[in-house]
Amino acid sequence: MPELAIEVSELRKSYGPVEAVRGLSFGVERGEVFGLLGPNGAGKTTTVEILEGYRPRSAGQVRVLGQDPEERDRRLHERIGIVLQSCGFYPRVTVREAVAHFAKAYPAPRDPGETIALVGLEQKADARTKDLSGGQRRRLDLALALVGDPELVFLDEPTTGFDPAARRTAWGVVRRLKELGKTVLLTTHYLDEAQELADRVAIVKDGRIVAEGPPDRLGPGSSRYRVSYLSDGRRVEHQTDDPTELLHRLTRDALARGERLEGLEVTRPTLEEVYLELTREGDSV
Amino acid sequence: MALAWQQFRFERKQFWRNPSAAFFNFLLPVLLLVLIATAFSGDEDELEVLIPGVAGMGVLATTFTALSFNLTILRDEGILKRIRGTPMPAGAYLAGLVGSAALNAFLQVALVVAIGALVYGVEWPRDPLLLVLLTGLGVVCFAALGVAFAHVIPNEDAAPAYTNAVFLPLIFISGVFYSANGLPPALEAVAEALPLKHLIDGLSAAIVGGSGDAAGAAAVVGAWALAGVVLAVRFFRWE
Repeated sequence: MPELAIEVSELRKSYGPVEAVRGLSFGVERGEVFGLLGPNGAGKTTTVEILEGYRPRSAGQVRVLGQDPEERDRRLHERIGIVLQSCGFYPRVTVREAVAHFAKAYPAPRDPGETIALVGLEQKADARTKDLSGGQRRRLDLALALVGDPELVFLDEPTTGFDPAARRTAWGVVRRLKELGKTVLLTTHYLDEAQELADRVAIVKDGRIVAEGPPDRLGPGSSRYRVSYLSDGRRVEHQTDDPTELLHRLTRDALARGERLEGLEVTRPTLEEVYLELTREGDSV
Repeated sequence: MALAWQQFRFERKQFWRNPSAAFFNFLLPVLLLVLIATAFSGDEDELEVLIPGVAGMGVLATTFTALSFNLTILRDEGILKRIRGTPMPAGAYLAGLVGSAALNAFLQVALVVAIGALVYGVEWPRDPLLLVLLTGLGVVCFAALGVAFAHVIPNEDAAPAYTNAVFLPLIFISGVFYSANGLPPALEAVAEALPLKHLIDGLSAAIVGGSGDAAGAAAVVGAWALAGVVLAVRFFRWE
């Protein structure tokens, strides 16, 4: 069993009387894209910033690439790349200069030109960073995180504020990272993003994980399949763990009555439905 | 060490691309020097006050003011936080940043002394070694205090007000443009407690053989330097 890229167990973090993270546990395998999904204020960013070495934890165990990030060992920072939520640049340097400068801090950096191409900023390589658009700045964020050729990349809401085309580009970069064998920890409040990119997702609410698994298999309790059809113009819906049995019964009864099941659908709850159900306000878990 | 050098070069590149910083660092003190020196060009005593005074002001502006201002911006914009997420050691980063400010301070002092000698006929420094040592000590002192003061400045928008609130009164009471000896006793006592007047006294001794006690001046500036370093390290904020 190879060592996990990230191991978090019973992590807690309080800011004064406020407990932002309340006993969070999860593991991320090497080469995996893992998504932390949840509403704003759920504790995602606090968790990620503890893993990145920015904040001390209040309790629990954390290992990142086998090390404790709180020690702030330089060798750990050489192996990780960080895209923070909002972070400025040196305004008076060009994209190429910024990437080349950050490359110097790493022992075996990726070629700066290649890194700029990887995030699709070739056209803007000689532009000053202050002249970049929001989406281009986010791509530069990504380039600066990748120039050290990290094994593990943290992406904290990497596409917030992107237009649809820029999001597709960013998603392409994350898929490319996965092809390159990198481990990615992604936080997002976009469900389609988690569904699209993550091998596994943990839904975080109020500092706790309320569901975890591959995005297409996440489902609350027993309501895993939904079977619905039209009866007298109205949609009738059943939920079941065993759609084979349910469908057999429904179609048998319908045939016996000489009817057709109009608009018959068998669906799994989408990640969005699971998410909305799990993170509903005032719904304590 | 190599990274500190890289950071230093990167800071230099940015400095020259920022015309307003270059103006405030080099041209404004020179402009003030030229205006006042021209007004008093026949008055040798005034010139011998003015040259060390503007040199001291230059050290203050290029280190204390520039560093506290820039660090506030770097912190507010999240650039410090970004750097903290990379393997760049904090010491190398700050060495590059402070080193760039120190170079500006030395260039400024050299410029002021050269203008004084070439344009206004003030003598070349009597004790160049003492001048370099005192400038270096002043740089350490005001750079450390600048890093520490950045902690007090709440945000980017407040930075000009905070830095000027220190800079302007300090140059007013420390004898930059005129001798500080005629000040009311209360103001004089404040100036005596702060490092700029002592730095100027020391520079005066080094440049024009002023009557100031260079060793005593160095002791006061050195004590402030020590306090500045302690405060800067103790209160440094990355975000």
